[in-house]
Amino acid sequence: MIHLPITNASERTFKADPDNAPVTDLREELFQLEREGELEVIRVPDNHVELMTKYGRMKKIPIDKTWHHKSCGQCGHIPGYSTSIFWLNRQFGLDYYDPTDQTSCTSWNYYASATSNPEAQAAVAVRNFAAAAEVGYFPLIHCGTSFGHYKEVRHALVHQHDLRRKVKKIMERLGKKLVIPEEIVHYSEWVLAMKDRIAERQVIDMSNITATVHPACHYHKLIEEDAIYDSEIYGAQRTAIVTGTLQALGINVGDYSSWYDCCGFGFRHILVSRDFSRSFSVQRKIEVMKEEVNPDVTVTHDTGCVTTLDQSQFAARAHDRNVGIPVMADSQMAALAMGAHPYKVLQLHWHNTDNKPFLRKLGFDVEKVWAEFQEEVDKIKSGEKEFMTWEDADKNLKK
Amino acid sequence: MMALDLSQNKHADVSFEEKERLFDLVKDDDRWHHVLNGCYECGICVAACPSAKFYDFSPRVIAQAVSREDVDLIYTLMSDSIWDCSQCFSCDRCPRQNSPAQIITIMREVAVKNGLKTAQKALEGYGRIIYKIMSTGSQVSPDMLQPDAFPDWGTHVYEIAENLEEWRKAIPPETLHTTETGWKIDEKTIIELYLIWHMTGVMDLIEGVDEGLFMILVDVMEERLEEAGYDDVTFD
Repeated sequence: MIHLPITNASERTFKADPDNAPVTDLREELFQLEREGELEVIRVPDNHVELMTKYGRMKKIPIDKTWHHKSCGQCGHIPGYSTSIFWLNRQFGLDYYDPTDQTSCTSWNYYASATSNPEAQAAVAVRNFAAAAEVGYFPLIHCGTSFGHYKEVRHALVHQHDLRRKVKKIMERLGKKLVIPEEIVHYSEWVLAMKDRIAERQVIDMSNITATVHPACHYHKLIEEDAIYDSEIYGAQRTAIVTGTLQALGINVGDYSSWYDCCGFGFRHILVSRDFSRSFSVQRKIEVMKEEVNPDVTVTHDTGCVTTLDQSQFAARAHDRNVGIPVMADSQMAALAMGAHPYKVLQLHWHNTDNKPFLRKLGFDVEKVWAEFQEEVDKIKSGEKEFMTWEDADKNLKK
Repeated sequence: MMALDLSQNKHADVSFEEKERLFDLVKDDDRWHHVLNGCYECGICVAACPSAKFYDFSPRVIAQAVSREDVDLIYTLMSDSIWDCSQCFSCDRCPRQNSPAQIITIMREVAVKNGLKTAQKALEGYGRIIYKIMSTGSQVSPDMLQPDAFPDWGTHVYEIAENLEEWRKAIPPETLHTTETGWKIDEKTIIELYLIWHMTGVMDLIEGVDEGLFMILVDVMEERLEEAGYDDVTFD
C-alpha cells in the first residue's frame, strides 16, 4: 500500500526560501564585477528598509538621499503623480534630489518602435545612474516602464561582457564612470516601505472606500524575482505592491478576475493603434472591475497604466459601456490620505475620468477646493505670481 | 481583424537567402541564448497575452517558429505580426523561461535596422514621438496634449490645451514649469544624449525608418552640438 502525505490545500503554507530560488541573486554577480574593476556599484544609503521579494530575498529600499528619476508621461501629462511623490518626501522632511541632469529612460520609445539598440539603451541608463552618483544620491525610479527596462539593462550589463565594454567606452567619452545601483528601486516600493508612517499621519478617513488595484506588468512580470511580495498580502502568491499601501490606509481592496491582465498600454498602441488600447483596457479591466467590485477608485503605480485606464474610458462612454472608475496612483492616494490638496498637489484636473464623486465621498467640498486652486491660477494669470510654490500648495493643508 | 496570412505566397518576392540572413541576424544577437529554451506549446503565453485577444497574433507561434527555425514563417511574422505585440512581458510566465516578447524585441530591431517596409508602415504616425524623444530627451511633453492629437481622449483635452501655460506654472515642483518637455533638462544633458546617439549608431536606424525625419533631427542636433563645441560630431 502506498501512503501519500496528503495535505489539505487550506493547511498548506508557502514560504519563500532564497536559498532555493530558481534564479541567482544578481547582486552577488554585481559585487563580483566591482571587485574585478569592471564597474562601480552605487550603494543603498544607510537609512533604508528591507522588504521581501518573490523568492524570499530581502530588497533594500532607500528612505532618503533619493535621486528622483522622473517619468516622461507623468511629468508631461499627469504631473500630480510626480508632485505627490515629492510632496510625501517633503512632508517627512526627507533629503531628496529632483534633477535637471536627467534624460528620459527612452524605453517607451524602445518598446514601441525598436528605433534604438541595447548599447544606446544601456548607455542612457548608466548616464542617468552616473548623474545620481555624482551628486551623492541613490536613484529612485518613478516610472514602471523605466523600472522594468533598467532591470533588463542591469541584467544585460552583468551578463554580457561586450555590452559592458562598449558602454564603459561611451561613459569614458562622456567623462563618466560605469556605475550600477545596488538595487533598482521603484518609487511604489518606497511608498510601501513608508506605509505605516503615512498611516500614522493620515487625516482623511478612507474606510468607506473600495478600490481595485492594477499592478504594472513591467513591475512584476519583467525580471519577476525583483518584485515585492508579502506573506500577509495575497499569501505571497501575488505582488504586494500598491495593495499593501492601500490596506494600510484602511481602504477595502476588492479582487477581480482580470487582476493579472495588462492594462493594454502597448507602448506603440497607446499612440498609434489606440483602438486596441482603449478596447482592451475597457473590456478586460474597467468593465470587469465595475461588474465584480464596482470600486470608488482604481489605483495603480505606473505612468502608462494610469494613462491607459483613465483616458480609455471617455470613448467607451459613447458606446454606453460600463465604465466610470476614476484612476489614480498610489502616491496620490497616500498624499490625499495625509491631507494633500486634490488640485494643488494631486493635480486631478489633468485626469480624465470623473473623480469628483470619489472626492465627495471622502468629504471634500469639490467646488471649494477647485476654487482654492483657481485662486492660485488667477494670481499667475494676473502676473501677481510667476509660479505656485510648495508653500502655496499647502496653504489649505488638511490637518 | 486582419487574418495573418501564413501561406508561403505572401512574401514570395523575397529570396530564401535574404530571409535566412535576417534570421541569422536575430540569432547573432547577444540576448538570443537567454530568450529561447525550446517551446512545448503549452499556450500559457497566449492565455496571458493581451494582443492575442484582439489581433491574429500568438506568442506561441513566434516561439514555435524560431524554435523550429522555420525561415519562411519567421520572415512572415517579422513582417506582419511582431508589431501587434504589446511588449508587456506577460508571456514571461513561460514555464520553459522563454521570452517571446524579447524574441520579438530582437526581431523588431532587425526589421528596423534592415529597413523592412512593414516596419516603416508600422511606425507611420509615430514620427512626432521619435522627433520629441531624440531631440529633447523627453518622450511626451505637455504641449502634445492637443485635441487633434488625442481626439478620443475627449473634451478635457480642450480644457488642458487652453489653460496649458498657466496650469503648468501652477505645479509646485520647479522642474515641472515646462511645456515643451516633461521637465527642465540641462543643456549639457541633452548634448550627452546626442553623443550617445552618435556613438551607438541610433540615428542610422531613424534614417531607415523615416529619411525626412532623420534629416530634420540631424539639423537640430548638429546645430546644438556645434554650439556646445562638438564641431566634429556629425550624423552622416
